[in-house]
Amino acid sequence: MSRAAQRELVEELLDGKHRALARVITKIENRSPGYRDVVSALHEHTGDADVIGITGSPGAGKSTLVDKLARTYRDAGLTVGVIAVDPSSPFTGGAVLGDRIRMASNVGDMEVFFRSMSARGQLGGLSTATADAVKALDAFGKDKVIIETVGAGQNEVDIVRTADTVTVLVQPGSGDDVQMLKAGILEIGDVFVVNKADMPSADRTVAELEEMIHMRNDPTANLDLGHHGFEEPEVAVEDEEEENDRWTPQVVKTVAKDGEGVENLVDVLAEHRNYLEETGRLAAKARMRYAEEIRQLLREDTAQLLEAELDRRGGVESYAAAVYDRETDPYTVADELIEPLADCVEERRD
Amino acid sequence: MSADQEQRAIRCLVAKVGLDGHDRGAHVIARAFRDAGFEVIYSGLHRAPDEIVQAAVQEDVDVLGISILSGAHNTLVPKVIEGLKEYDAFEDTLIIVGGIVPDDDKAKLRELGVAEIFGPGTPMKQTIEFVRENVHERT
Repeated sequence: MSRAAQRELVEELLDGKHRALARVITKIENRSPGYRDVVSALHEHTGDADVIGITGSPGAGKSTLVDKLARTYRDAGLTVGVIAVDPSSPFTGGAVLGDRIRMASNVGDMEVFFRSMSARGQLGGLSTATADAVKALDAFGKDKVIIETVGAGQNEVDIVRTADTVTVLVQPGSGDDVQMLKAGILEIGDVFVVNKADMPSADRTVAELEEMIHMRNDPTANLDLGHHGFEEPEVAVEDEEEENDRWTPQVVKTVAKDGEGVENLVDVLAEHRNYLEETGRLAAKARMRYAEEIRQLLREDTAQLLEAELDRRGGVESYAAAVYDRETDPYTVADELIEPLADCVEERRD
Repeated sequence: MSADQEQRAIRCLVAKVGLDGHDRGAHVIARAFRDAGFEVIYSGLHRAPDEIVQAAVQEDVDVLGISILSGAHNTLVPKVIEGLKEYDAFEDTLIIVGGIVPDDDKAKLRELGVAEIFGPGTPMKQTIEFVRENVHERT
């Protein structure tokens, strides 16, 4: 794609042309030549959207809730962008992206831009692609951007981390699920939603979640310290002020299919957003994200540089064979390959 | 896999439009496309032409497969094509139709811009091959 065509695409996106937005996201997904320039050009127009991440186990009702959320925001006169990430087959790379089916409340409303993305077996690249797609929606002028993904592993955690507010969806009666969530996703949730709250076990799940949040805020609460208990270290006292304005995750009940509790959820999400703004954490979070983004890009770019060098020297297999034959070892190979790069960096340093 | 290596996948929208509620064919083709390595977005049942257009534009699909078994293709397909044109999405989207379409209507649909019409009994392989060979190159 020529530079002129790129500029035109960016212009069209900023002018609010849906086709251009769709095309830019495709370029981001495909990592087609020139996508970096496009995203670079968009960056100065971003930073205005409120980004909400929604995750939870399959069947928890994420898509249905996203649909209702989008509708509620639309009724309030806001524009909405949605990115729904679905897994793809590790064997064929194919995927059926089904979240769109649930967007029943927003059909025909072009002001809700819904885009399905698949995890194309990228190594950590998906979070980069998602973050870039969010930028495209942000630059397009969407007020709210919702990222929806199945909460399963580190990849998904990385994805929802690109959001300002992370919402974790839990099904009633999934006591074991809640246990499972503890390790990864529970730690990153700002808001917990017990969906399908018309089920009898909903209250119990709410109670379990609240208990867990309480435990999270007080790491020693669950420990049977007995007389071996230790004095609170001095540092903790210093942090007390910060402790006081720390966000306590909220638990909200919804019945997404009827839209019940969605208004309340919207209020809680707004509350969290206000908290982020007032405490200056919104900016801090964004800076942290950009730092991580720079690192990620550098990792990918240097990896690519090295991969090319590796190919030039006959590919990784020959090295692997040499290592297997005990002629050399992985550390020596890595040192050997990285040396010219290190030398070059040193040379150019001023 | 490196950062700038292109990772292109063929994206398809499998769409059920109108009042026709027979979705077995659409499901089968969606799975076959998936297994062929395509990214498939399924519209769900009973979609209006506008909804199909919205999905095709937003998802920026390479292929739009419309499944119609109700005989309403002469009414619905033109509406979808009109909508795609409105959003400049007609030119580079490969439009195929699956279902029961009389020969006379096939010619009409082709004139409108439908690339191919696949009737009952078409082998999956044939449809997949057709898509692979005819999907528009995009820059």
